[in-house]
This record gives sequence, C-alpha cells and structure tokens, in this order.
Amino acid sequence: MQIVVNDEVHEVSARTLAALIDELGYGGARIATAMDGSFVPVPYRARTVLRDGARIEIVAPMQGG
Amino acid sequence: MTKSFYGTVLSSPLMLGTAQYPSPDILRDAVKAAQPGVVTVSLRRESAGERAGQAFWDLIQELGVPVLPNTAGCHTVKEAVTTAHMAREVFGTDWVKLEVIGELDTLQPDVFGLVEAARILTDDGFKVFPYTTEDLVVAERLLAVGCEVLMPWGAPIGSGKGLNNVFGLRALRAHFPDVPLVVDAGIGVPSHAAQALELGYDAVLINTAVAKAGEPAVMAEAFRFAVQAGLLARQADPMEERDMAVPSTPVVGKAMLA
Repeated sequence: MQIVVNDEVHEVSARTLAALIDELGYGGARIATAMDGSFVPVPYRARTVLRDGARIEIVAPMQGG
Repeated sequence: MTKSFYGTVLSSPLMLGTAQYPSPDILRDAVKAAQPGVVTVSLRRESAGERAGQAFWDLIQELGVPVLPNTAGCHTVKEAVTTAHMAREVFGTDWVKLEVIGELDTLQPDVFGLVEAARILTDDGFKVFPYTTEDLVVAERLLAVGCEVLMPWGAPIGSGKGLNNVFGLRALRAHFPDVPLVVDAGIGVPSHAAQALELGYDAVLINTAVAKAGEPAVMAEAFRFAVQAGLLARQADPMEERDMAVPSTPVVGKAMLA
C-alpha cells in the first residue's frame, strides 16, 4: 500500500497508523500525527486504519517564535 | 500590579522565541542570559532518521522554562486548530500562541479567522494567546470567545520597527485595564521593550531581535534588563509629558547677576 508521509510516498505493509510509525522508524519519538488533515491523538493511532493514498503528517518539537 | 496569564504569574515579563539562532548552543546561552518567563516553540515535520525534534525537545527540557507553542505559518482556521491540537499533545500544555496569518508581506493576522479559531480552541479547553492587532473591536471579540490574554503586534513580525502605533497600543491598554497584554512582534531593540512595559503592557515577546543580533546572548541580557527597567518605571508612575519647558532648578533665591 502506498502512503504519503510528510509529502513523500512510502510503500508500506502497515495497516494502522500505529504500525506505520513503527515501520518507518519513529518508535518512541515525541511526535504528533494527522491523517488527511485531521489530528489523530496517540490513543487513536492503533485503531486508525490506513487506506491507499492516505496523507499522513508527522511533526515534532521545533524552534518557534 | 503583576497580572497572571491564565492563573500563572510569569517569572519575567520577557517571552523569548527560540527560532533563527545560529546554533543550539547559542540558543541555550541566549535563554540563560534572558531568563525569560516563557519560551515559544513550534512544530515541524520530523524525519525518522534525523530526529531533530527530539534533540530540540531535550534542549527545552534542559532549560526548564515554561513553553508556549505557536501555530506559526498557519493561514486557515483548520490548519491552526489542528496544529494547536498536535502541539498540546507533544508539549503537554494547553497554552497556545494562536497565529492565523492573513497577508504575506506584513504577516498580519487574519483577525476574522483568528476569532473563529480562538472560539473553537477555547471551547476545547485551550488557553489561547491570540496574535492580533491593536484593533479594539477585534480585541472585544477575542475576549468574548474566551481569550483571557491579548497579544497585539508592535510592528510586522521580524521587522524590528518597534511600536508602530503607540496611540493604538495605549488605547488598548486603557480600554482593557484588567486584561494581560503582550506586545508580540516587531520589537527590534531593548528600548522598544522598555517602552512597551512603560505603556503598561504586561510582557513582550521577542525573537528575531535576539536571534539575529551579532551577539545573541549579550542582546538577550540587554532585553532582560530592559523589561525590568520598563516594569519598574511603570510601577513608579511616570511623569506627565508637557509641551513647554518648566525649570527643574528652583528659581527662588537665584542670584541677580544680570
């Protein structure tokens, strides 16, 4: 299945957002996620089922003004 | 009197941005020199390989200063609201500096979107610090939807022009004497910050003025003293301006030498 993560296309076997995070190597990172423009809180990642072409955003703390 | 921000009294009226510093070490030195009441932070896309966000998070933890996450770069209500939710989860705070940018040349807020986003977020339990203009009507609307702090701009973000509309800022202060007010954006040098505090503002938010100084840590220290000077001056009740001269040295008893 193809998933777009932070604007990059990935071919993945994960079926849920939680599995995708592990598969891409984000395990344990302090991140927040959104799918197709909507926030997905941590407790919802395991039950958030991916579909082909889903747009995932993965963000982390960064400098800001 | 020192006002609280959603029940929290800050240790300093200086809020410091963490962006644009030449290196993490220089940022660390600047924060230590500024001794700010809060630091502002943001969210950006994370690469699984680089984990840049984790390194920044570790630095923030080490500094031990409360964080105020922003929604910088958001141009729509939906973007800003979603970013605020992500920030609340990542940073573990319900404080958010709400930016909904409306125009690219000046980065001035889209005040209509700002009020709408503020309503959604305050209804959802956020403590919103709205980046706004000095417009009194917009301020009324922001307070009506639940904001308890206002952050009017001094001048466009990153311009360093100082307080462009002193009359407007003074009117806002007079109109809302009990609301914590922060001048956010446009401050270029410490005297601008002191001026904001002298006008009765409760804090200033500074980033570029420190980060882009030749010696950020030295400038950070200068701002630390400037906000203290401004705060003390305000508490001391400044004299009133006059149009004509009034001699400060007593005239009575002066020798007649003419």
